[in-house]
Amino acid sequence: MSARPASVGSAGASADTHITVRGLSKAFGGQPLYSGFNLDFPRSKITSIFGPNGCGKSTLINMISGLIPVDAGEVLFDGKRLSETVIGYVFQNYRDALFPWKRSIDNIKYPLQLAGQSPADCEARTQELIASFDVRFDLNRYPYELSGGQQQLISIMRALAPHPEVLFLDEPFSALDYEMTLFMRDKLQAIFASTGTTMIVVSHDLEEAVYLADEVLMLTRRPTRVADVVAFNAPRPRFPKTLTSAEFMAAKAQCLDVFQREVQTKELAQ
Amino acid sequence: MEARSLLRTFSPAFGAIGFVFLWWLVAQLKLIDPVLLPSPQDSAQAIWTGFVKGNLMADLRVTVVRTLLAFLIATLICVPLGLVLGSSVRVYRSLEFVIDFFRSTPASALFPLFLVILGVGESTKVAVAAFGAGLLILFNTAYGVMNARKVRQAAAMVMGASRTRVLVGVTLLESLPQTFIGMRSGISFALVIVIVAEMFIGSTDGLGQRVINAQMIFNMPEMYAAIFTAGVLGYTMNLIFILVERHFVHWGGK
Repeated sequence: MSARPASVGSAGASADTHITVRGLSKAFGGQPLYSGFNLDFPRSKITSIFGPNGCGKSTLINMISGLIPVDAGEVLFDGKRLSETVIGYVFQNYRDALFPWKRSIDNIKYPLQLAGQSPADCEARTQELIASFDVRFDLNRYPYELSGGQQQLISIMRALAPHPEVLFLDEPFSALDYEMTLFMRDKLQAIFASTGTTMIVVSHDLEEAVYLADEVLMLTRRPTRVADVVAFNAPRPRFPKTLTSAEFMAAKAQCLDVFQREVQTKELAQ
Repeated sequence: MEARSLLRTFSPAFGAIGFVFLWWLVAQLKLIDPVLLPSPQDSAQAIWTGFVKGNLMADLRVTVVRTLLAFLIATLICVPLGLVLGSSVRVYRSLEFVIDFFRSTPASALFPLFLVILGVGESTKVAVAAFGAGLLILFNTAYGVMNARKVRQAAAMVMGASRTRVLVGVTLLESLPQTFIGMRSGISFALVIVIVAEMFIGSTDGLGQRVINAQMIFNMPEMYAAIFTAGVLGYTMNLIFILVERHFVHWGGK
């Protein structure tokens, strides 16, 4: 099953489809960005979204996660509406996304408290996360006292705390240095391996997009359509060595082809 | 090394010591008529006797109570109001001119109006001070809310927080650094207005009244004593506020 552009009126989504996007339309200042956009996201896979600058990668996941209202269209999670679905969202800018007035540990507990869990349950779930992430630094510190990587780790733990059905990540590692990025990719893969949570990652780094993904969703320039869906089936866990494997190279080359075709088509048309 | 760090620790005191020394020198050399400028010793003596034997303490207390009362009223009304106004940019934009206009109007120009409405009494002084301080608090809070980082509100929303919870649990806290700036300016402003009101609108007590009385009977040491007490009061309130701010808004600027 792949993240494929679905045709409207197709005979329902298959069992392996987790998120269905139908007839999505969004315009900014009269300029259509999405118009009648259809898409299926597969369950328990990592889907990366990649495309030219300004094609609305972040806008797409922001609409799916309800952060930006849609002009028209419908998004369903296993047939349920967003309001009936628990989702997690990791923002690019952890500094702006964490609550600096709460200690790190209370940031993690926040979504649990919102869900009305008892203090004991909040504590238990937090300890579980700490154990599974093997956190060694002091979570009683405030976020601004931690390093960038530690802060993004807190963001991810906060997003995962309520056992989300889908985890959205918007360029989650782009503000981190390379060493930290490699470490965080491993962490994310480990979470994925243990939970199987459906993940949607926006990336502006093709290497990262392919490395993390089961499928890379390639978008066109605006008005945005799906240019292609490139599968990458290298076994997990993947290591930095994966980056030099033939399989990776092939997938990346294919993505690059699609990307360049998209960029050039538009340039010729203009 | 040792000497340099010692120097750094005490450097803030140098200005103050220098100022008093200069004052002492000018008084000693009688460069200014001693009736107009008494020596630092005489002024210090006046402060001492004012507190111990006179009613400087009572006047100080009255001024503090008026200022705090005005500040409290302004805060209780204007922080929630600023929060509501700031969370709707459209509403704020439509009221911006009115708020800006009255903020720019000298609050002291409103004394006669408040006198007509509230009469010569305690309430007029407190009301004008609260009015002036309130506008400062109002627009700072509203700006704090309007400039709040949208990402944090989005983060809370996506985790399922209701609008009210986002407003109280995120936006309010997010605006707190700016709100505190408004409150700090507000309390200083309230003190200014209270002192002026005590001078000119039929007061029988308070530091402002003490300053003007001493001036009328040409008791310069006592006038300086009252002025310095007012200065220390203003400085202390600001200092306390900064300490409170640092404690409650520890994340400010980070």
